Amino acid sequence: MREELFMAGLGGQGVNLAGQLIARAGMDLGLNVSWFPIYDPEVRGGSSTCTVILTDERVGSPTSDHPTSMILMSADAVGRFADRAVEGGLIVINSSLVHEAPACHACRMLMVPANEIAVEIGNDRTVNMSLLGAWAAGTGIMGIEDIAASLRAMLPERHHHHMPDNEEALRRGAAIGRSACLGDD
Amino acid sequence: MAELTLVNPYPDALTGVEMRYCPGCTHGTAHRLVAEVIDELGVKDRTVAIATVGCSVYAYEYFDTDAVQASHGRGPAVATGIKRVHPDSVVFTYQGDGDLASIGMAEVVHAAARAENFTIIFINNAVFGMTQGQMAPTTLLGQKTTTSPRGRTVAEAGHPIRICELLDTLDGAAFLAREALTTPARIRSAKRSIRRAFETQLAGAGFSLVELLSICPQWWGMDVLEAIDHVEDTMIEYYPVRVFRDRLGEEEGGGDA
Amino acid sequence: MSEQRQRVLITGNEATAEGGIAGGCRHFFGYPITPQNKIPEYMSEHLPPIGGVYLQAESEVAAINMVYGAAAAGARAMTTSSSPGISLMQEGLSYMLGTELPCVIVNMVRGGPGLGNVAAAQSDYWLATRGAGHGDGRCITLTPYSVQELHEFTAGAFEIADRYRNPVCVLADAILASMMEPCELLPRREPSPPERPWAVGPHDPAERERNIVNSLWVDHNLMEAVNLRIEERYRQAAEEITDWEEFGSDDPEVVLCAYGISARICESAVGQAAQAGVRTRLIRPKTVFPFPRAPYARWAERVERMLVVELSMGQFVEDVLLSVEGRCQVDLLGRAGGSMPTVADVVERVVALAGKAGGH
Repeated sequence: MREELFMAGLGGQGVNLAGQLIARAGMDLGLNVSWFPIYDPEVRGGSSTCTVILTDERVGSPTSDHPTSMILMSADAVGRFADRAVEGGLIVINSSLVHEAPACHACRMLMVPANEIAVEIGNDRTVNMSLLGAWAAGTGIMGIEDIAASLRAMLPERHHHHMPDNEEALRRGAAIGRSACLGDD
Repeated sequence: MAELTLVNPYPDALTGVEMRYCPGCTHGTAHRLVAEVIDELGVKDRTVAIATVGCSVYAYEYFDTDAVQASHGRGPAVATGIKRVHPDSVVFTYQGDGDLASIGMAEVVHAAARAENFTIIFINNAVFGMTQGQMAPTTLLGQKTTTSPRGRTVAEAGHPIRICELLDTLDGAAFLAREALTTPARIRSAKRSIRRAFETQLAGAGFSLVELLSICPQWWGMDVLEAIDHVEDTMIEYYPVRVFRDRLGEEEGGGDA
Repeated sequence: MSEQRQRVLITGNEATAEGGIAGGCRHFFGYPITPQNKIPEYMSEHLPPIGGVYLQAESEVAAINMVYGAAAAGARAMTTSSSPGISLMQEGLSYMLGTELPCVIVNMVRGGPGLGNVAAAQSDYWLATRGAGHGDGRCITLTPYSVQELHEFTAGAFEIADRYRNPVCVLADAILASMMEPCELLPRREPSPPERPWAVGPHDPAERERNIVNSLWVDHNLMEAVNLRIEERYRQAAEEITDWEEFGSDDPEVVLCAYGISARICESAVGQAAQAGVRTRLIRPKTVFPFPRAPYARWAERVERMLVVELSMGQFVEDVLLSVEGRCQVDLLGRAGGSMPTVADVVERVVALAGKAGGH
């Protein structure tokens, strides 16, 4: 088993933290993992990407030419990266910011209105979580409870009051991921 | 026969190795003053001398203390490393004007700014000695050297640098003085400043530097007496001899040392 | 050992910094340069609370000279930088070779020459293995290929530096520096370097003569004696610490040669080449000075072709060529300036080479 997850968005969207969370969850599940970032020179507002490898063999290259799954969080990210996904791969898109799905017929596409979900939950820090929930359900690599457990372990105590909102966002995203999977069948 | 007392014995902090300086050079005077201060303060066994690159490159052979030979200009960085490992050591660098004011300008300025607790003995003879008489950053306007054969001009080489005045802008410098190794009175004054600089270090008060206006008869093309007159008549005009800063003295409530 | 090692997900930079502390380093001198800034940041946070010293130097030139001073004073001292900064440290390294002082430097190599970029490169191989400034000395050079190895090699580098009284360079790159992987942390050992009878500092004159740390030997016979001593230590190091890993087929058609991040790409290529029907074996040096000549020489007898993969237009390949001594053909897949070959690029070359090899 080898999952190559590529994530991209704008600086400040939490792309890297979300990627680190998936790497951490993979590590906690006993997988071999790596997380590798590339930043634009701007600390804020530039584009931000990372690659997470999850495997039960040697990680080998920490980069990916053709990711098996992607989480794309901005129109710019979709335009630049969507066509790199491997045939049959999964692309999770933040449809709050990307109104047109890319023309990538060979991929499974999950449109997640992550910003709207965060507004409904009432916590704008949870945008990433619904996307991760959809990704987890769409790939079946890990459960949202695994992600939640690792998030709790990563978060400093003072942020633990955000956990219920994060778990709710994970659930909402996973629901979209599951329904889309069913739809594909 | 009256009993004779040796009032000024050869310093314990010098090895007695024959120095390789040119006849008339004031490096020997400077070495002796530093060694006497080390002896008077009783710190020989915890002193580390930093020899640098220039005529005084062999300083580690002359000072009878632990010593490290540093690359050109980096003495203050090496001293920083030693002092950060052994805060109870007494560290001094011995640098010429090429080493300190040219290639090593960044190191001395930042050591002073960081208030590094060591002492610099800065020999300013306005010329590169060891490499045979080239222009230094402290070479005076009009002064002939082997690389300013028609005399230093502003158009060609800009202005000489006054190190004490430059460092006097930095809060980390605790003791700064310029002295001249010309007359007995001035040499006694130089020793007082060197002692003050070491006392500043022993008190943990921060960075200390004593600039010593020195002669280089060889590359100035003068005999010793002419060279001494040159310092008195010309160099001191551009490089005023005085104590620029004495933080210990200020704390003690006194004025000039 | 009953010690429970802590397993954490950290960046290569953090693993390197913690490796330094685990190895007994309590004196760090550095200057900011991307992509290794997390190391000085980590040291500035973690060293002072345990009685250590973090100092931000005014330049890399000053940083290596502070390391020189601290090492002369007997401390386990360290600095880290990236390519342009390592260029500036060459003079200081030469003085440390000449004075036979131990220290550890880390180079997170980035694209060059010149100001270059901050992407991963392996173009400082010569700087590391042939460099260390002017004169006849080199850095003992370790080449980790994972976050775990960055941690362990950096920690172990202090022992090696002490044993051979020579600077040790941990040679990695921008990807290894910034990537995160699980890392089992070594316990932080107390700074307990072996006896240093040569170190300067406060002392009892009844116990030792004064010490002089010096690299000026005008008498050429004395200078040569220093060089011969250094050379003898390199000979010893070659016997004692040369290290490498082999991975893949026991009956390869093509042998892959790579270190560091390139070896990670090749590790993936071994599997994908097998799927494409070509058997490969990766020989990955963990030390490049001393260089593991033996495995390359051994496999050169058994394969017709080797493929060197490196992020440079041909530096590491020269050590491979010196090792195989013409016994097989050695090809180079080099990328430069921060560019990387993909796994597919490596597999494509391997398949092509195997085709040629099969044609005999």
